[in-house]
Amino acid sequence: MTGAGGMPDPGVPDPGKPDPGMPGTGIPGTGIPGPGMPEAAAMSGTAIRIEGLRKAFGANQVLKGIDLTVSTHEVICLIGASGSGKSTLLRCLNLLEPISAGRISLWGQEITAAGIDQNLVRRSIGIVFQSYNLFPHMNVLRNVTLAPRKALGTPRLQAEEEARALLSRFGLLDKEAEFPDRLSGGQQQRVAIVRALAMRPQIMLLDEVTSALDPELVAEVLDVIRELAAAGMTMLIATHEMGFARDIARRVCFLEEGRIIEDAPPAELFTAPKDERTQRFLRRIIAAGRL
Amino acid sequence: MDGSQPDPPVDPFAGFPAASPAAIGGAWQTPGSFGAAGRGPRLLSGGGRRATVISTTSTLVVLGALVAVFLLAPGSSQVRHTFFNPTDMWQSFVGDPKKGYYSVGEAIWLNIRMFLAAEVLILALALLIALIRQSRSPVLFPFRVLSLIYVDFFRGVPLLLVLLAIGFGVPALRLPFVSTQSAAIYGVATLVLSYSAYVSEVYRAGLNSVHQSQVAAARSLGLSQATALRHVILPQAVRNIIPPLLNDFISLQKDTALVSVLGAIEANEAAQIYSSTVFNYSSYAVAAILFLILTIPLARFTDRLIDRDRRRRLAGAAT
Repeated sequence: MTGAGGMPDPGVPDPGKPDPGMPGTGIPGTGIPGPGMPEAAAMSGTAIRIEGLRKAFGANQVLKGIDLTVSTHEVICLIGASGSGKSTLLRCLNLLEPISAGRISLWGQEITAAGIDQNLVRRSIGIVFQSYNLFPHMNVLRNVTLAPRKALGTPRLQAEEEARALLSRFGLLDKEAEFPDRLSGGQQQRVAIVRALAMRPQIMLLDEVTSALDPELVAEVLDVIRELAAAGMTMLIATHEMGFARDIARRVCFLEEGRIIEDAPPAELFTAPKDERTQRFLRRIIAAGRL
Repeated sequence: MDGSQPDPPVDPFAGFPAASPAAIGGAWQTPGSFGAAGRGPRLLSGGGRRATVISTTSTLVVLGALVAVFLLAPGSSQVRHTFFNPTDMWQSFVGDPKKGYYSVGEAIWLNIRMFLAAEVLILALALLIALIRQSRSPVLFPFRVLSLIYVDFFRGVPLLLVLLAIGFGVPALRLPFVSTQSAAIYGVATLVLSYSAYVSEVYRAGLNSVHQSQVAAARSLGLSQATALRHVILPQAVRNIIPPLLNDFISLQKDTALVSVLGAIEANEAAQIYSSTVFNYSSYAVAAILFLILTIPLARFTDRLIDRDRRRRLAGAAT
């Protein structure tokens, strides 16, 4: 698994041996890499480097040259109107969309180069979608264990044990036998996050994960994300929850028409936005009562 | 549907004659109830004692009328003797090789065997064709063209013609092994070729019914294309197409009778031999009854699956 595909495969744990987990680091008992975990310790510096990223669907230019650098353990929120390119950016990072130009590197390794094993790359980048996209024909436990078992070759019992640890950490253990359509939106989205975490990614991409939820269910999902941030997960979060972005993000990027217009710490961007387009967007948000 | 209706048909049941609600078990009388109760218009759905009385009466009246027409028709006794003579029916069912005719009851086993063999092969071949047609890889382009031609051809040519071409054409080639098979084998081969074209389209509809976001979710977890297909896409696709698939198999069961043109002694051929030996058509009635015994359970099973599927979707929509 290591080497052949091109990725140096920095942190994907060896499926053979579960990492023991160090006391007091990461999320206890879950194997989610925290700042002190062996694999996470090896990771430092720049996690993601995006250079000149362009993406067009036919004649429609969605991303018009994105440059962005994300440090390891950093949490960055992407804000902007619908259609500004936030989702496309995240999908490009996960290699779900082939890019039109530019390059993306993870820890110095270019993942958009030819000959890269996409499946290997995706194992270290988890993505969670607005519409959950759980597998409706599988119960919660099988949703979570499918990828570790089929992509990493983890034995079933071990995969289930790890899945239960994650599920219990996020208060979902009693739901392991339920099918997705029996869960609330908030529960489904938390399962979707757990499903992504089961692959022990180094990076999590969250694509408007609370946008489809009823207001009273938003908090339970945001709490999970806070927990991940506290555990040192490197995250890129596209969101409409401005209050949440202000709390959790080290940096906030405002996107408009496929470009990053402003990139600043939340205290700066939300209180003293420099660009006139950012100001206009925030005024509209405030008028809508979302900030 | 009903051109004589003067005003726009706002009521979806407007086209039904007044007598029809009772005739089909009273289910339409309470259209609002089947959504709430989560069950569809079953053949005999509830609705209280009054509905039961009405539907029973109506059934008796309708059946009685049909039987009366049959019995009172001028040629009734002739028809009963020629098609439904109990003695002939029994004789053709058990058969008598000494008198030169086969048992229809035994011959139906050949239909069952042909059906089962064809079904398994169709499921496999049709899936392969559907996957090729759905593929995007440029390497597979020639195969995509071939499978398109295949589907067009075998859906367009009548089954009977294919049967004759293969059943008489392949032996005429005088190839070793291939040309020396039994009529039943050529029959199965024909059924597989012809039905796979239809069933591959059913599969394709099923594959298309699975939302692209499911593919994205599976691939984003690092699953390969093949693994995503096998564990995420196909199970959902197949679930969606089980009713139309079973529908095709019901007609496959019947179409095994066509293999009689090649001389295979299956139920239809056995019945024909009986009728031309004894000059009585009751053997055909026996074959018809045996086919019904095969197809009706499958038809009811299909109905139940459709029903269950709808209930599940209603339950899913409610949450």
